[in-house]
Amino acid sequence: MILVNELCKSFGEVTAVDGVSFEARDGRITGLLGPNGAGKSTTLRVLYTVLKPDSGTASIDGVDVVTNSLEARRRIGTLPHGSGLYPHLTARENIAYYARLYGMDCDAIDGAVQTVIEQLDIDEFADRKTKGFSQGQRTKVSLARALVHRPQNLLLDEPSNGLDVMATRALRDLIRQLKLAGRCVLFSSHVMQEVAALCDEIVIIAAGKVALHDTPDGIRNSMGCEDLEEAFVKAIASVGGL
Amino acid sequence: MMPIRAVFQKEVIDNFRDRRTLLSALLMGPLFGPILFAFVINLSLKQSLSNIDEALDLPVLGRDNAPNLIAYLESRNINIIDAPESRDAAMGAVKSGRHDIVVIVPATFGEDFSATVPATVEVISDQSSTTAERESRRALRALAAYNAELASMRLSLRGVSPAIMRPLNIDVVDVSTPSGRSAMLLGMLSYFFLFALLTGGMNLAIDATAGERERGSLEPLLSLPVKRDQLIFGKIFAACLFMTLSLSLSLTSFFVTLKFVPLQELGMTPNFGPDVVVIAFLLLAPFTLVGASLMTLVASFTRSYKEAQTWVSVVLLAPTLPILIVSILQVRASTELMFIPSLSQHLLLVGLIKNEPLNLLHVLVSVAGTLLVGGLLTWLCARLYRREGLLG
Repeated sequence: MILVNELCKSFGEVTAVDGVSFEARDGRITGLLGPNGAGKSTTLRVLYTVLKPDSGTASIDGVDVVTNSLEARRRIGTLPHGSGLYPHLTARENIAYYARLYGMDCDAIDGAVQTVIEQLDIDEFADRKTKGFSQGQRTKVSLARALVHRPQNLLLDEPSNGLDVMATRALRDLIRQLKLAGRCVLFSSHVMQEVAALCDEIVIIAAGKVALHDTPDGIRNSMGCEDLEEAFVKAIASVGGL
Repeated sequence: MMPIRAVFQKEVIDNFRDRRTLLSALLMGPLFGPILFAFVINLSLKQSLSNIDEALDLPVLGRDNAPNLIAYLESRNINIIDAPESRDAAMGAVKSGRHDIVVIVPATFGEDFSATVPATVEVISDQSSTTAERESRRALRALAAYNAELASMRLSLRGVSPAIMRPLNIDVVDVSTPSGRSAMLLGMLSYFFLFALLTGGMNLAIDATAGERERGSLEPLLSLPVKRDQLIFGKIFAACLFMTLSLSLSLTSFFVTLKFVPLQELGMTPNFGPDVVVIAFLLLAPFTLVGASLMTLVASFTRSYKEAQTWVSVVLLAPTLPILIVSILQVRASTELMFIPSLSQHLLLVGLIKNEPLNLLHVLVSVAGTLLVGGLLTWLCARLYRREGLLG
């Protein structure tokens, strides 16, 4: 479970996140939706502890990300934006490296890596060096890397970026499986359809503020439009994000 | 300790597969330096050795004015050749570099000579040119010898012992040993080794910071439940390993190349046997920590791989600085100087090549001082890695 409370973060003059609060519960898929530069990535970066918030708090399974960042990081799997692999290592080695750094038992690593390789269907290129991988292949390996230690919480920053239709569908299936397994999935996107197809709850962020937090149906109702996209535009306009 | 080992092993495997790192760590630094060194030394030795036997071409203006002098010079392996027409033309020819040296015997030479008045001989040369200096020194030596010979003949004719002209007998005793003389030449060796050592870890140091950031693999790495200190320690240790490898290769390759350099012909016997190679390795090895942490530190400040390369190349020059200052000031090894990394290694290495006994206190201070500076830089790197701005 992820709890965000009155989070603020600015870089010099620019305020990226301005009092964001929301909750992402276990067994649910929560989508962070917003236009480019709305503060989605900054929020996620605070959650996976590479940025420290100026004020406000955030916790993962009740563990504070600032005061106990190491413990918080143990409970998450992350797919940062533009996640890079090591080109001279094979896909399997890339995943195993992360498994070791997550502190998994040496004996358990091989099995866990194989499991996640099968789960993500990357058997075919698992033993090739990742240099020259397609965007889809790279995203799959990055995702496998984030899942290898079976984290309770998953933070995905625009995971479907650069994926083709088939790969996107596979990714959605995987996210749904994780939800059924009781995990907490939080992902950001600027693609309306994707969020609508997948999420149980949507947090619309614009100009560093939460414009709306509800289920897809709830958002349609509160904005008074049938079309989710129309509702999205209205919600953003309400906080001056357009 | 587990994460440090995981990072270390990953970096080693990763870089062993990287052709760029391998090329610079195992080929460029270790082999390029010694081979270049041997080539240059060989060339300059050949030149300075052959010059002594070669006849010197000496243009003399007014050779008919002093036939005996000319005959004497020719007996000293000097070829008298035609000189420019006039004194002015001769000066011009030396200035323009057409001749290194021109000797002028004035028309009054014979007259002065007969009257036992000092007869003038002019030597025109350019003292700022090194090749001309060697030639003019040879010509002047021959003229001085002729002068001395004539003087003692004149004294003998007058029944005076020529020894009266030499109240002092100056005898210079050279206490330098053959290995000591070679140390002058091999003094720059320590820089070759330090250079090879640094090149060995250069790519790794850049890759570990600027490279990771540029590839986008830094952010996921930092979101792992590993302390950043441990990440950076693993990376620095991996760079140390490559530097150690590079160092041992360059020592070995120099040991081999030295067999092909005719230093004996210059009366030098470099003390560079297998045991010295091992000791030199042990003396230089602590510097890897300074090199690795310094390069990592510098690379952490930069935004891209290319920028990092530029700045880290500057670090390659850093160890020359103390060595340069010391060789200009001609400082002798002292305990205080042993605190300075690169300088202490240089001084100890020179002593080693001179075949002097190792001063254990100096060795101790050098190792401890170098590790201390290395540790400090490593700590600074770790501090820098904790910054938020690291992601750029």
